[in-house]
Amino acid sequence: MFTNIGIRDRDFVRVIFEDQEIMVPQGHTVAAVLLAEGIRSCRETPVSGAPRGPYCMMGICFECLVVIDGEPNQQACMRHVREGMSIERQHGVAQIGPDANAAQDPAE
Amino acid sequence: MLNCDAAVVGGGVVGAAIAYGLAELKLDTILIDEGDVAFRAARGNFGLVWVQSKGIGCPPYSSLTRRSADNWPRLAAQVKEVTGVDLAYGRQGGVHLCLGEQEFKERSALMKQLKAETEGHFQFEMLDHRTLSELLPGLGQDVVGGSYSSLDGHANPLFLLRGLHAGFRERAGRALINAPVHRIRPHGGVFDVEAGNETVRAQKLVLAAGLANAKLAPEVGLRVPVHPLRGQILVSEKVRSFLRIPTLHVRQTSEGSVLMGDSHEDVGFDDGTRPDIMVEIARRATRAFPFLRSARIVRAWGALRVMTPDGIPIYDQSASCPGAFCASAHSGITLAATHAFDFPRWIVAGELPPELGAFSARRFDVH
Amino acid sequence: MKSHYQLAIVGAGPAGMAAAAAAAECGATSVVFDEQPAPGGQIYRAVETPAAVDRAILGVDYWRGAELAKTLRDCGVDYVPGATVWQVSPTREIGVTVDGTAMLITADQVIVATGALERPFPVPGWTLPSVMTAGSAQVLLKSAALAADGAVFAGTGPLLYLVAWQYVQAGVAVKAVLDTTPISNYFRATRHLAGALRAPQYLMKGIRLLRGIKKAGVPLIRGVRDLRMRGDDAVSAVEYRRGHDWQRIEADQVFLHQGVVPNVNLSYSIGCRHTWNEAQLCWQATTDSWGESTVEGVAIAGDGAGINGALAAEYQGRIAALGALYRLGTIDADERARRAAPARAALAAERRIRPFLETLYRPPKYFRVPPDDQTVVCRCEEVDVAAIRKAVAVGCVGPNQLKSFSRCGMGPCQGRLCGLTVSELIADFTDLPVSEIGYYRLRPPIKPLLLAELAELQTPAASDR
Repeated sequence: MFTNIGIRDRDFVRVIFEDQEIMVPQGHTVAAVLLAEGIRSCRETPVSGAPRGPYCMMGICFECLVVIDGEPNQQACMRHVREGMSIERQHGVAQIGPDANAAQDPAE
Repeated sequence: MLNCDAAVVGGGVVGAAIAYGLAELKLDTILIDEGDVAFRAARGNFGLVWVQSKGIGCPPYSSLTRRSADNWPRLAAQVKEVTGVDLAYGRQGGVHLCLGEQEFKERSALMKQLKAETEGHFQFEMLDHRTLSELLPGLGQDVVGGSYSSLDGHANPLFLLRGLHAGFRERAGRALINAPVHRIRPHGGVFDVEAGNETVRAQKLVLAAGLANAKLAPEVGLRVPVHPLRGQILVSEKVRSFLRIPTLHVRQTSEGSVLMGDSHEDVGFDDGTRPDIMVEIARRATRAFPFLRSARIVRAWGALRVMTPDGIPIYDQSASCPGAFCASAHSGITLAATHAFDFPRWIVAGELPPELGAFSARRFDVH
Repeated sequence: MKSHYQLAIVGAGPAGMAAAAAAAECGATSVVFDEQPAPGGQIYRAVETPAAVDRAILGVDYWRGAELAKTLRDCGVDYVPGATVWQVSPTREIGVTVDGTAMLITADQVIVATGALERPFPVPGWTLPSVMTAGSAQVLLKSAALAADGAVFAGTGPLLYLVAWQYVQAGVAVKAVLDTTPISNYFRATRHLAGALRAPQYLMKGIRLLRGIKKAGVPLIRGVRDLRMRGDDAVSAVEYRRGHDWQRIEADQVFLHQGVVPNVNLSYSIGCRHTWNEAQLCWQATTDSWGESTVEGVAIAGDGAGINGALAAEYQGRIAALGALYRLGTIDADERARRAAPARAALAAERRIRPFLETLYRPPKYFRVPPDDQTVVCRCEEVDVAAIRKAVAVGCVGPNQLKSFSRCGMGPCQGRLCGLTVSELIADFTDLPVSEIGYYRLRPPIKPLLLAELAELQTPAASDR
């Protein structure tokens, strides 16, 4: 569990993780916020559904993918928090566009 | 010296299919292949098993394409059974999307021509935007319509390549890898192929070396005037399944990646990628499916198609060195079933059937 | 930002910052692109605005970066933070995305200063949440003043001990340091001790770190030769073996590390020639004495051309910039030599310790070539050792064919987390030297690029149509 070891004075901003409002220090990356909040897994892989969390914290491993303000597959370790930012876990593949599986059952 | 019944030069999707088929016919076969960074057209392939654009103005090519497409279900089932590799093959039909009225009109005329030339064997429908939208949800307003053919389908070209190699080995085929062919010496009805540090002595020889066929063919009295034509492909991250029916420029794989193509550039042996072409591909794809704007490209790929002067495959047997065959085609995926099932039988018979006359390189001879 | 520069530098770590300063001294129009919001690279990450109140935690060496960052800000080059470079063509056309907009610019000379990344550490369970790298622990410390209480550190190499020491300085409990350095390495390294003694500051620092860790009562377990991570939805324990028996440590956070290797994705995608460095067990770009790669006008500076550390990177950055300035015609050969002389001398001194460090911290084969069939190699596509073994058995001769056969290396990280393992695994299966196996063929974009950005990109050729 990550803990704060004594952070310098920083302004705080409000972000929304799923349904929960969190006050976080300005300048934090989204990945740092998740780890500080004890959120260990931020996504499930598209291949097997295995849980994954941040790994490299420098933008190379693409393990910390989350949905930010509705945009899927954002690297949490490369994005910095902003007031009002919405953060959600990424479940499998990017959920964009129509869903062919839903379209299977025409309403008529 | 390695002795065998048949040597196939080229481990791409054409050579691997023929070798797979020869091994199935119980010929002791050696597949001779280059190393890891060979110009491998299959790696840049879009994965279409495509009937609706093939052989316009050349009925034998259209007929060969249909025959192969019809045999694809059998190929996919067999490879799966022999090797366990699922080729992700489906024959849901395919669509050529038209951006703008002009494209639609031209497409319509071409499709009518193909239907007339094939005496109705080729089936298609021209669909307007509304009808097409029901088939392809998320379609952009710029798409005025498109041609649909139920004969089309798609598969994973990389898994096809892997499946054919695995199947070939499963059937006791031998592979000589990292072995570029330096020289072929025909003598006394056999062929000595010098490849890497080895010499392979074969009763029958098949040249399926893609672009290298141009150089190798004359050594056995054949002529294969092929040249490279680059195609670029963009590959997206995996997204939710939205596209069950492949289109000529946008296809979604079974894993969820979206493939976008397809460019045709005459750039010699440069298989790199260029931003201006990538931009063109991105613009076309996002006009076709606007929501793709929020998908990310994770890879771009350039590969060299093996083009003949008229775009129609070359199949020949050498007149001066009987037993030496060549196969050069840029549609290695679509034609895979013919290469795996038909071509090997013809090789064993020692004779290409008369209907294959249209594919001889003699068509390029100056009369 | 201009559409053309005489010199473009990719990366604002020590090499990039020093290169920019040298270019500014001679008056070339230059730009520095960097992916982070502030200069420093990973080694001096957040050096302008460190998160922790207590400056002593990070150690004195860290603060050297502050001066470099200040020079970068003041020297008059265009510094563009938050910039993702996704392509550099062999003709030096640079594709870069800033604030969600992609653009193409050109440069007469390019210096690639993209530094290093941590060597893959493929052990069973390394994909579990809360198994992270030592580098990531340090990033969190520097940029967010966050540390994990009761973590286990496992692996080998200076960074591992440094971060554990920094944790101790911060008063954070470290459960254990599992040292995977093979005992035989200590004997082999003594051969290079003479060179190391000519750079005593590194030896002293190493000794000080280990003493600090032990003094704090952290169990330092040496000679670990087998490791596995346990847990369901996240790691809950580390199991290790020195001899026959498995030992278990309950832990909800593990940091792995076994050295750093050049970040070669950009240089490979440009088409620079790379060779296998057997001493450092990595691929590195071939460069001449001025850092120029085999692609004309493209130089590699810093750890990207072989690991030499932060100080060496600074000197290499300066030398590469002088080489570029000479090729631009800004300075003549004499001035180039004169200006480079101090950096060359300092670089030579910096390199003396390398043979010792490379020998001592050479990761053993059993942690580079995973022996367990179920160990995941490609984290993105979840390809394990068994799948790679199978692909090689059906004739897959190299990493590129492996990609086609198994999807290994096809995910968004573009092989950064599996490439080295794959080269070494195939070499092992085929009994060929790694140098003959090669690496993934990489092409732009080297970072994911939004389709909208690409569609709106203005290119000379595309806008004509």
